[in-house]
Amino acid sequence: MTKPGGELTWKDLEIGAVMTEPGNASQYQTGDWRTQRPVHEHSRCIKCGLCAIFCPEGCIEPNEEGFFEANLFYCKGCGICARECWTKAITMVEEE
Amino acid sequence: MTQRVGIEVSRSIAIAVKLANVDVVSAYPITPQTHIVEDISELVANGELDASYIPVESEHSAMSACLGASAVGARTFTATAGQGLELMHEVLYVASFMRLPIVMAVADRALSAPISIWGDHSDVMAVRDTGWIQIFAANGQETFDNVLCAFRIAEDRRVLLPVMIHLDGFQLTHVIEPIYILESSEVDKFLPPHEYPLPLDPDRPITMGGLAPPNIYTETKKAQQVNLTAAKEVILQAWKEFGDIFGRYYSPVESYRCEGAKVILLAMGSFSETAMSAVDSMREEGKEVGLIKLCLWRPFPFAELRQAVKDADTLLVLDRALSFGGPGGPVASEIRSALYGLDKRPKVIGFVGGLGGRVISPSGFREIINRGIEISQAGSEQEFEMFGVRE
Amino acid sequence: MEKYAVFVPKLIAKRESFAPGHRACVGCGEALAVRQACKALGRDAIIVNATGCMEVIATPIPYTSWRLPWIHTLFENAAATASGVEAGLKAMVRKGKRPAKEIRVVAMAGDGGTSDIGLQALSGALERGHDFLYICFDNEAYMNTGIQRSSATPYGASTTTAPAGKLSIGQVTWKKNMPAIAAAHDIPYVATACPSYPFDLMAKVEKGVSTPGPAYIHILSVCPTGWRCAPDLTVRIGRLAVETGIFPLYEIENGKYKLTIDVPQLRPVRDYLKLQGRFRHLSEEKVLEIQNRVNVDYARLKEKVACSQKLNS
Ligand SMILES: Cc1ncc(C[n+]2csc(CCOP(=O)(O)OP(=O)(O)O)c2C)c(N)n1
Ligand code: SF4
Ligand code: SF4
Ligand SMILES: [Mg+2]
Repeated sequence: MTKPGGELTWKDLEIGAVMTEPGNASQYQTGDWRTQRPVHEHSRCIKCGLCAIFCPEGCIEPNEEGFFEANLFYCKGCGICARECWTKAITMVEEE
Repeated sequence: MTQRVGIEVSRSIAIAVKLANVDVVSAYPITPQTHIVEDISELVANGELDASYIPVESEHSAMSACLGASAVGARTFTATAGQGLELMHEVLYVASFMRLPIVMAVADRALSAPISIWGDHSDVMAVRDTGWIQIFAANGQETFDNVLCAFRIAEDRRVLLPVMIHLDGFQLTHVIEPIYILESSEVDKFLPPHEYPLPLDPDRPITMGGLAPPNIYTETKKAQQVNLTAAKEVILQAWKEFGDIFGRYYSPVESYRCEGAKVILLAMGSFSETAMSAVDSMREEGKEVGLIKLCLWRPFPFAELRQAVKDADTLLVLDRALSFGGPGGPVASEIRSALYGLDKRPKVIGFVGGLGGRVISPSGFREIINRGIEISQAGSEQEFEMFGVRE
Repeated sequence: MEKYAVFVPKLIAKRESFAPGHRACVGCGEALAVRQACKALGRDAIIVNATGCMEVIATPIPYTSWRLPWIHTLFENAAATASGVEAGLKAMVRKGKRPAKEIRVVAMAGDGGTSDIGLQALSGALERGHDFLYICFDNEAYMNTGIQRSSATPYGASTTTAPAGKLSIGQVTWKKNMPAIAAAHDIPYVATACPSYPFDLMAKVEKGVSTPGPAYIHILSVCPTGWRCAPDLTVRIGRLAVETGIFPLYEIENGKYKLTIDVPQLRPVRDYLKLQGRFRHLSEEKVLEIQNRVNVDYARLKEKVACSQKLNS
């Protein structure tokens, strides 16, 4: 895990504050921004993957059976996937 | 064999760049820097220097292209002056913070308006706080040698900072001087190949130039301050090693005939050469005056300066720039603050002169020194005086 | 919809070079466009990013979304910095200081960083012929600083520095034609794209980076925050921009125009405008004015395409 910025001393920084852990932003949870959540109904999913290619977070991936699912650690709940799904396999439901 | 040849100082810089086997040169023409980049272009066009020369459309882009080239690990050089340095301004901070060891020759020039293509230090002083190492050359040999030293210093793993070599526009760039030009085999002994530790490289993807939120910005600046301050030791080492190999030694503060001098004049760049002859003649008249040449501007050589002036009563500082509505010359202000904490310190009297190419002759320097002594004795309250201005 | 747009998993790279955890707004079309573009770049690329939303949301120290080597320096100099990257790589390879592996140099900037403050640097880099791809992510305003107008803001849009008011409809100038400006440099490849058409976008990015010499791609990127639209409409609005002819998808290869998504019958611009709060204040008369302008511009583009076809045959 990357030490959070607020805990780093000046000595911890690489030259020029370069970041050397590619993609370590993936440790950062954006899922808690969400007010609604996509629910994938597998019976309707034709495994086309359109939802995945339209997700700005890149957080939709096929599960072992090839059905697409959102990773709720990142999903911000924009609803694009639900809107774009051809077969209406995704519905957005309010978060509690 | 090293040869001593009569050569224009600008041209000697191009030769130094060639000897350093630079990979990328990115520059935009501006008087009085033009001869430097014209000569480099010619060396590249003739195949004497294997470098990519990027004829950019502005100085802002010149320095920006240097950032990119340096970030992939290329040895990178540029040159500019006056307005060009100002147009680069915001880019300069990026080069230093991102630890990109770019070397730049600055043919110091006055700033518009009114437009003036002639020399002074207004451009340098405006970029004082950009985090670059800044060295002033007083003559052709110092310029040539320091361009080579600049690469060595900049690329040292402990430093990794950009370096400016300042030389006075026209008064140094356009004069022909006898200069010892080194052989490439000799240069190779002093200047190892450049290997940047963290270049942009798909095999090791890094992120350079991220956003610093308030919880980390202060730490980044502390790191920068420590790094630039610590660079002084490496600069001293490089100069020492250069001297040991080539017999010419440099130091941050050079004293000239300061033995027993109660009055010392401090100058920078080519004017210090002229001031020497004024000091010579005054010494012959039995006046106890000396000269200090400030060669290292950043990191500021506090200890060396304090040591050099410790026995003087009066320190006259000549600035070739003016901080309008402020304390006069920026160099004098710095020196006042560098000495302020000392129990015994000379009285610092500031002069501003040599603006926009105005020459100060040896007799001019005598006048400055005499006037300085007068002010010192009279105990005047004024911050500074402009020299040579028609009232 | 694009004809191939089914069964995405087989057709596109799995690799996400732009990692999740970035802080773009909910439904950000620009982040989506960056993500898609990266899929087409592969791993041997260096990204030079201008200041703007994409830089800010992806690299708050010590977290980076980037899995490609990436550098940001300033706002207006992405093209110049990329010039240096390209020239530096070339020189080092030539001098044996780096292995002779092809590395794709890609500059990325917003519409402000491209068509306003960065235009000079871009023009210089295109004119000098550097081998790089420049991508403009056009969300039609300075979004990072809070929705101020740029020269790419469309006529009639309300922004914070050209707000609609009693005496103004907001933006009173027509959108600067940046692809035409890029094309005027006689570079080998210019294209427009939109993430609502991901395959078209990725094919163009792939073509752009593979083209020797400079290439320019202008990507319309819906910004729900700045356009005042529902975030789930990002992809739909992008599609409407194309279907109404407001943002046609075409490429200019060696001077020849080709529509990559041909829209035989344009939809009325109203369909596009009405979904966005930034146009809400527009009168029927103004909508008609926009419609007329789009008709003319689209017809002109078609003429260029027809002319290019004639040259080909
Ligand atoms: C020289 C300079 N002027 C102004 C700014 C402030 N600034 C930063 S980003 C930005 C707007 C970016 O707009 P655009 O390029 O369209 O990118 P977007 O954020 O919309 O993606 C501005 C005005 C700056 N960083 N540097
Ligand atoms: S709601 Fe938005 S963020 Fe969440 S999975 Fe769907 S497209 Fe991605
Ligand atoms: S302001 Fe617009 S472009 Fe910027 S991150 Fe938010 S949605 Fe994306
Ligand atoms: Mg924008």
